[in-house]
Amino acid sequence: MTSLLAVTAGGQRSTSFDVEAVRADFPVLSRLIGGRPLVYLDNASSSHKPRQVLDAERAFVEQHYSNVHRGVHTLSQEATDGYEAARDTVARFLGAPDSHGVVFTKNATEAYNLVAYSFGNAAAGSRFALGPGDEVCVTEMEHHSNLVPWQMLCERTGATLRWIPLTDDGRLDLTDLESLVNERTKVLAFVHVSNILGTENPVDVLVARAREVGALTLLDGAQSAPHQPVDVVALGVDFFVLTGHKMLAPSGVGVLWGRRELLDAMPPFLGGGSMIEVVQMSGSTYAPAPERFEAGTPVISQAVALAAACDYLQGIGLDRVLAHEQALTARLISGIHDLDGVTIIGPDSLEDRGAAVSFSIEGVHPHDVGQSLDELGIAVRVGHHCAAPVCRRYGVPATTRASSYLYNTEAEIDALLEGITSVQRFWSA
Amino acid sequence: MSQSMYQEIILDHYKHPHHKGLRDPYDVEVHHVNPTCGDEVTLRVHVADGVVQDVSYDGQGCSISQASTSVMTDLVIGKQVDEALRTSEAFLELMQSRGQLEPDEDVLEDGIAFAGVSRYPARVKCALLGWMAWKDATAQAADPTRRGTS
Repeated sequence: MTSLLAVTAGGQRSTSFDVEAVRADFPVLSRLIGGRPLVYLDNASSSHKPRQVLDAERAFVEQHYSNVHRGVHTLSQEATDGYEAARDTVARFLGAPDSHGVVFTKNATEAYNLVAYSFGNAAAGSRFALGPGDEVCVTEMEHHSNLVPWQMLCERTGATLRWIPLTDDGRLDLTDLESLVNERTKVLAFVHVSNILGTENPVDVLVARAREVGALTLLDGAQSAPHQPVDVVALGVDFFVLTGHKMLAPSGVGVLWGRRELLDAMPPFLGGGSMIEVVQMSGSTYAPAPERFEAGTPVISQAVALAAACDYLQGIGLDRVLAHEQALTARLISGIHDLDGVTIIGPDSLEDRGAAVSFSIEGVHPHDVGQSLDELGIAVRVGHHCAAPVCRRYGVPATTRASSYLYNTEAEIDALLEGITSVQRFWSA
Repeated sequence: MSQSMYQEIILDHYKHPHHKGLRDPYDVEVHHVNPTCGDEVTLRVHVADGVVQDVSYDGQGCSISQASTSVMTDLVIGKQVDEALRTSEAFLELMQSRGQLEPDEDVLEDGIAFAGVSRYPARVKCALLGWMAWKDATAQAADPTRRGTS
């Protein structure tokens, strides 16, 4: 993969890489949409998959596939080895001390629900049990997937949901952090990088406060793990969640990482095969983590493909992916600043932000923006991005969101900026 | 920009909507939202002697949802409820046609401009938002036991 590194004329190694070489790995990027080259800027919703990932999944299914953890025949063993090797790869990708904390789920949403339902299943008096008087704290910028499961948990248990509000410039307002995260707080669940605002949150500040009061922390890494180096130990969180389809892997696989001693002590969420120890008609005991949380036949080939995606990203280097995206984000934000009638919803500086940039075009509804850009071959996301409270907070019904990834180019950012101008011309006519 | 979906008629209704604003008197008021995009409409109907006397509305949304609601009010106000419901069915059929139906201008008037929208399944719900709200309100107006169900 080092061949992808670009070397500048001055002999210094560039912080970027050869984006054209990367693009060659993604067949879909050469598609035409309505006769124009596809400009895919909807990566925060879902990313495309490189040949290396597709090939890895195909090779596994064609040559080594069977169910896992069930048989004694050769394919069963090979499939199990492939599946467990995928777990090891994900653990390394996350900087986790070992693989036992890596639970494969079907997506990030299932991972949040797993934790919330597991806590809901805890016996009274357990460290995970919640009841009236206990609190769960989230933020106002959560994706619905890291909000609604906690609302449901609070409804079931009588606990109280609290949330950290937002500032006008799209960041967490930490003024009242000490009262919002307090001795009654059992869980602080928050997003690392916001899918709608692009904000990167100060994990260290929030984790430090949670530790002071003994609250468990869950970090939503769906928008951070694909784009920047992640080390769950350095982050200091108790749980970390990612989803495969936003990081070059297929849909259908996500990951919950949890500290091993927590996972081994938590009650299961889904019951069934694979998650058991001894089953009798009168009751059952459960396997330790991670199997405890992987009831039924798991997502096998998708997990193998996710590992291939981790390898692909680490082969290039997440620091280079991040640097490339930061250059694109800088170009986009500065280009938007030069346009009249376009407002960024979220941080409009480059400090502590990811590559997702939401904006409003004065006088044009986001759906019409998205449709008009599609006629130019430009794919962006429009809507509330599963973060409706954020739209409400900033007084907009929806936003248009452009989100870059490692295969986007400066020319594509320029195409978007020109597209915005052309949308303005059409709708002001 | 070719803008194949955006017919002049749609843009006219979007920029200059007909019958917009909430008015009295009315029998039923409903509030409908499109949960996937956040578009919303508050709509009132006034029915007397089997005739749609008035439809008034307020809302926010994209050009398709706003223009379609405007066209709908032109098509139903002043009509017998039965006839208006038949028009509504014709519009629904058009929107579900995936671009395969030749709309009848005698029935749908400006509504024929939405034939192109039916080729964009993601936008069909936008075009139906106001119509579904009207249908719901009208059904409630006809059956007082259902009032307040939405």
